[in-house]
Amino acid sequence: MSASDQNPLLDEFTQKEYEFGFTTDIESDRIPPGLTDDTIRLLSAKKEEPQWMLDWRLKAFETWKTMEEPVWAHVDYTPLDYQKICYYAAPKSKPQLDSLDDVDPEMRRTMDKLGISTEEQKRLNNVAVDFVMDSVSVSTSFKKTLAEKGIIFCSMGEAIREHGKLVRKYLGSVVPVKDNFFSALNSAVFTDGSFCYIPPGVRCPMELSTYFRINASGTGQFERTLIVADKGSYVSYLEGCTAPQRDENQLHAAVVEIVAMDESEVKYSTVQNWYPGDANGVGGVYNFVTKRGICETRAKISWTQVETGSAITWKYPSCILKGDHSIGEFYSVAVTSGRQQADTGTKMIHLGKGTHSTIISKGISAGRSQNSYRGLVQMTAGADNARNFSQCDSLLMSDTSGAHTFPYIEISNPSAKVEHEATTSRIGEDQMFYCLQRGMTEEQAIGLIVNGYAKEVLNKLPMEFAVEAQKLLAISLEGSVG
Amino acid sequence: MLKITNLHARIGDTEILRGLNLEIATGEVHAVMGPNGSGKSTLASILAGRDDYEVTQGSIEFNGVDLLGLDATERAVAGIFLAFQYPVEIPGVSNMNFLRTAIGSIREQKGQDPISAKDFLAKVKRCAQLVELDGKLRDRSVNEGFSGGEKKRNEIFQMAMLEPMFAVLDETDSGLDIDALRIVSAGVNAMRDEKRSFLVITHYQRLLDHIVPDRVHVLAAGQIVRSGGKELALELEEKGYDWVKEAV
Ligand SMILES: Nc1ncnc2c1ncn2[C@@H]1O[C@H](COP(=O)(O)OP(=O)(O)OP(=O)(O)O)[C@@H](O)[C@H]1O
Ligand SMILES: [Mg+2]
Repeated sequence: MSASDQNPLLDEFTQKEYEFGFTTDIESDRIPPGLTDDTIRLLSAKKEEPQWMLDWRLKAFETWKTMEEPVWAHVDYTPLDYQKICYYAAPKSKPQLDSLDDVDPEMRRTMDKLGISTEEQKRLNNVAVDFVMDSVSVSTSFKKTLAEKGIIFCSMGEAIREHGKLVRKYLGSVVPVKDNFFSALNSAVFTDGSFCYIPPGVRCPMELSTYFRINASGTGQFERTLIVADKGSYVSYLEGCTAPQRDENQLHAAVVEIVAMDESEVKYSTVQNWYPGDANGVGGVYNFVTKRGICETRAKISWTQVETGSAITWKYPSCILKGDHSIGEFYSVAVTSGRQQADTGTKMIHLGKGTHSTIISKGISAGRSQNSYRGLVQMTAGADNARNFSQCDSLLMSDTSGAHTFPYIEISNPSAKVEHEATTSRIGEDQMFYCLQRGMTEEQAIGLIVNGYAKEVLNKLPMEFAVEAQKLLAISLEGSVG
Repeated sequence: MLKITNLHARIGDTEILRGLNLEIATGEVHAVMGPNGSGKSTLASILAGRDDYEVTQGSIEFNGVDLLGLDATERAVAGIFLAFQYPVEIPGVSNMNFLRTAIGSIREQKGQDPISAKDFLAKVKRCAQLVELDGKLRDRSVNEGFSGGEKKRNEIFQMAMLEPMFAVLDETDSGLDIDALRIVSAGVNAMRDEKRSFLVITHYQRLLDHIVPDRVHVLAAGQIVRSGGKELALELEEKGYDWVKEAV
């Protein structure tokens, strides 16, 4: 067999139908498309928000109106009409549930199709799952266990109502409203998301997990996540996404903010599998996300992401290493196939003395996709003896796909050290044949080789998530065989 | 077990095999020798189902089945194993995971139950002992950073794990030190039985002192130009290949 683009296996990899493409019949309560002050007022009212929140949104909206949509060199798409997007859709019956067993059977079936057995996750993995369908989170488990430790883990909507002081203090403190076009839009219209607070010295006893899912057709999803780790605390947070198949492009413009106070540690892991569009690039999710964390003294933030979905991904989880001896890490696997375009990477901003950052990025491109790594390492004047190590590997699975690496390095402190390594390789014909000769199917062989290539990153995921991520890589490759 | 008739094969415009005939009975060990570039590895690859080569004429029958009608995976499932002349490295994939996947896949395709973790580990232990494979090598990524000799030993370890009906060993002896040669040969001999056949490709008569073949063939310019008993190997060692080539 040959690993070139003539290879029918790899061609079919490109043409694989989206595994999770199905639509759920849950009645939606939605407000008409369009965006004005009134839309925001209506949205805020529906969510029973306090005045300060509404004011904050309206101000963000004013800011957004003055901004222009960014243009990127390696991402190409039809411009969005922001007046055609529906900014609020909540499942009609909005249940307040203590137990996942009370969840709408239809929604349970959705979860089953996704292979998320919530009970099993609860029992076996000790994971508290905050399942967000469209915009309102409908079930949260393990709240009690968490509450005993003083940990707050709830939907953003609930946090705004119940923990207003905390939210007000930190919301927009890491990603300012005017940071970029999409963060401003998100600030104006975000509907839900998760909030998490870990008190000083507390080690969160379980992985906190949220499954996001865009469900109603034509609904832009504007998630807002805020994680605050107080001094000396620890939390591992998991975010997983799958989206059903749609004909129109859906916008996903989330904002994630992490505050890591002195000597705290936050691990943020993502598995992203939004609908990438069909073989011709029609449909699919536009994923424009702003994720950023700030580290105080000796704090540590690790971003780990496995990106297989979306028509277009634009995303740079970043760390501001403000405190001395703080640590930032970024581990990423990005798979693109078909006509997907991904422009992803990280920014490590070194402000404090002795700050360290590590970047490991593994891109896998197949079909006619474009996969770019774009990373900034900035050593500011105060970053004495700061260190960065970056490794960016690209694996090409076809002649028609592209891999690009754009490392930006800015050094304003002579004692700072930056190391950058990059490699590009082709999936080996010899490797494939070796596996086939041992009795593996083409599917298994590709799955094995790709998972091996991405292992360094997959190893950084929490156990239960790593299995899912491997499955996801395998699924992206599954239909690759006739 | 195996019957190759008038096999012609080419890659691109170059014809490499030109009317090759070879028959191997069940339970027999045949050796193939021949000058560099004569087509030995090509023959091995074609038997294993590598589709870079185009078979333009001839047939291969394996236990009554038309082998050319099967793809590489199906041939492996049917019991064909190739110990590669140049085993490849697969970074990030542990030897154990690799073998579990392979065995799992073969069993599944045969409609058998998956192997239990316990049986698998017991088998690993047994087979590793057979070729005295270092425990550390077992746990490392497939062939990654292995020395040339270690890679060859790993091939025979895999063969022992997969228990094929028919194994092609492509220059498994080159790169082995004297002790390793003895150990690997003992491993192969331990697997010899009346149901399993081998095709051993080698340049050196020395290997055939350890693995004593039933037949020896000389492959030159894409054909078997001479066949004989194990004494043919000695003759070749003495006289080189020119005399067989001239005889054609
Ligand atoms: N992919 C290829 N493209 C072009 N020529 C090839 C290719 N593969 C093999 N050949 C040619 O086919 C001929 C036979 O090669 P093969 O590897 O079968 O020889 P061999 O008998 O195994 O040699 P050695 O003893 O050196 O291992 C050689 O001339 C080789 O250059
Ligand atoms: Mg050879």
